[in-house]
Amino acid sequence: MNLKRMFKQNGNGTAGANGAVIHMNDITKIYDTGKIKVEALRGIDLAVKQGEFVAIVGPSGSGKSTLMNLIGCLDTPTGGDYRLRGEQVSGLGRDQLADIRNRRIGFVFQNFNLLPQISAFENVEMPLLFGGVSRKRRRARVTELMEKVNLADRMHHKPTELSGGQMQRVAIARALAMDPDIILADEPTGNLDTSSGTDILSLFEDLWRQGTTMLIITHDPAMAKRAQRTVEIRDGLVN
Amino acid sequence: MTGLIRILQLFARSSSAQGKRAVLTIAAIAWGTLALLLMLAFGEGMKISLYRGSQGMGSNLAIMWPGETSLIFEGLPSGRPVRPRIEDIELLKKRVEGHAGISGEMHNGGVVLETDYGTRTARVIGATHDYGEIRNHIPQIGGRFLNETDQRLRRRTIFLGNELAVDLFGEEDPVGRQVMLNKTPYTVVGVIIYKVMMGNYGGMESDHAVIPITTYKAQFGRDRLSHVVVKAADPARIDELVSQVHRVLGSKYMFDPEDPAVFSTWDTVEGTQTTTNMMLGIQLFLGVIGALTLLVGGVGVANIMYAVVKERTREIGVKMALGARPSWITGPIVLEGLAYTLVGGLLGVLMAVGLIALLDMIPTKGNDVLELMGKPTLSIWIGIGSAAVLGIIGLLSGYFPARRAAAIDPAETLRYE
Repeated sequence: MNLKRMFKQNGNGTAGANGAVIHMNDITKIYDTGKIKVEALRGIDLAVKQGEFVAIVGPSGSGKSTLMNLIGCLDTPTGGDYRLRGEQVSGLGRDQLADIRNRRIGFVFQNFNLLPQISAFENVEMPLLFGGVSRKRRRARVTELMEKVNLADRMHHKPTELSGGQMQRVAIARALAMDPDIILADEPTGNLDTSSGTDILSLFEDLWRQGTTMLIITHDPAMAKRAQRTVEIRDGLVN
Repeated sequence: MTGLIRILQLFARSSSAQGKRAVLTIAAIAWGTLALLLMLAFGEGMKISLYRGSQGMGSNLAIMWPGETSLIFEGLPSGRPVRPRIEDIELLKKRVEGHAGISGEMHNGGVVLETDYGTRTARVIGATHDYGEIRNHIPQIGGRFLNETDQRLRRRTIFLGNELAVDLFGEEDPVGRQVMLNKTPYTVVGVIIYKVMMGNYGGMESDHAVIPITTYKAQFGRDRLSHVVVKAADPARIDELVSQVHRVLGSKYMFDPEDPAVFSTWDTVEGTQTTTNMMLGIQLFLGVIGALTLLVGGVGVANIMYAVVKERTREIGVKMALGARPSWITGPIVLEGLAYTLVGGLLGVLMAVGLIALLDMIPTKGNDVLELMGKPTLSIWIGIGSAAVLGIIGLLSGYFPARRAAAIDPAETLRYE
């Protein structure tokens, strides 16, 4: 956890209002294509506390992916108030949003989204490179993470030389690289067979026990069941 | 600053799997650069040769042919001939301000020159000793032009045109030898160097002979100048100098200094200016053609970079999600476009330098067309200009694709296979 001290002046203890990592109040998102307006989110209130394991469920088209983009600062809300660890996110510029994604959020995707032409090591190193971490520290950190996800022996393999489960573990190591406030996982087991999926779930549980805040978007009832709390989205509203 | 370091780090890591396309594009840029450089180099060579040619006669000159008056002046009728004399040269030198030399000439176009080797009828000019400097009558090594003593002592010395010298002496050195001029012996003091001439009056310099003006007077019994040659110290003031000559001679020979018919004047400064402007136009035109050729190469680079961006859309989306700022995405793309352009440009420069060195080995002396064309020459300005054009094209060819990359929506690209 020394990295946390290195990168964040307002470290773990200073979680914002109500001790929440994520605090969303009346968030709306309207996609305006000119001809038609699509109201994807119609007033979401959501709070995720430090150390929580929350599953977001809902049928497709319910707006949960939109919600994930907003939480992950990949997109900005049309209206409402979003604070990440007390810091106002609405109205930030592209560079600032990039920095927030780099330091505060770890993404895990359904399709892994590893870069195929570089090694697992280099994939995990990528966020550290963006974070301006020195080469020596990058190396130490990547090695530490690859051990954590049990892939120390596959460090220099390219993603194409790994199995689906291994790829997802590399992606999880990458998500953890900058020691983010929250891990944001979108259908992390969606492309995996059952046993690999179970592995990933166990890894998530381990991480959670070690204090990582987890937010998972899933269809999978088994996964939702393991979460501490389930939030259901329906028609752009929390059900 | 850290942003720049980050961009360089990422650029070093960006892989380019565009092999064949990259090679073709680099070749296109090299070709464009070659075209640009050769165009400009040819223009420059032509400019130099035209300039040299226009200066062959001497620079900043006004040559004034006397004629007849066309205006009634102080009771005198128009149509009177004006013929300045040898002594007027000294008068003009004293009274005209801002000149860098004034000389007068007398011409005789049908003089028989004779040696043991051969006989020629040629034009003989009587001129003052400073004519050599004013009119660029530079002697070949081992000889000299007529000097002040020749003029003062009315010596029978003669300065030959280079082709005339060959006609009279063959391959032998004429300096110190005798020429019979209308049956009178003259001693050759020098032969004019080979010159590229873009203009002359009264015949080719290579084909005439010059004797001291005083000797000419004695030889032919003439005292009236065929024309006056004025050299300006400052080319911008050549018109004023000509007016001064009108005033000085006007008061002596009684004609209106404003009378345009008394002298027909050839102002070479004006000609030089015209040549300079024309060459500037030609060079600009050649440069634009070259730059357009290069632009086609630039479009190729932009095309590659668009393909790269399209191919890496997912990669770019992932990097954005992991916290890459937009400039860290666009920077390496711009650098990559610039790198293709610069590598191609460098190749083009090498080819151009090589080709120009080869062309330089073709002898041009004696070939009128090649002589006019001149040798293609690279100048510092061509270098700076081409580098600027290359740089701009390189930046633009990376900039537009990079802008597209920055517009990528990570949320969109990350979701779908």
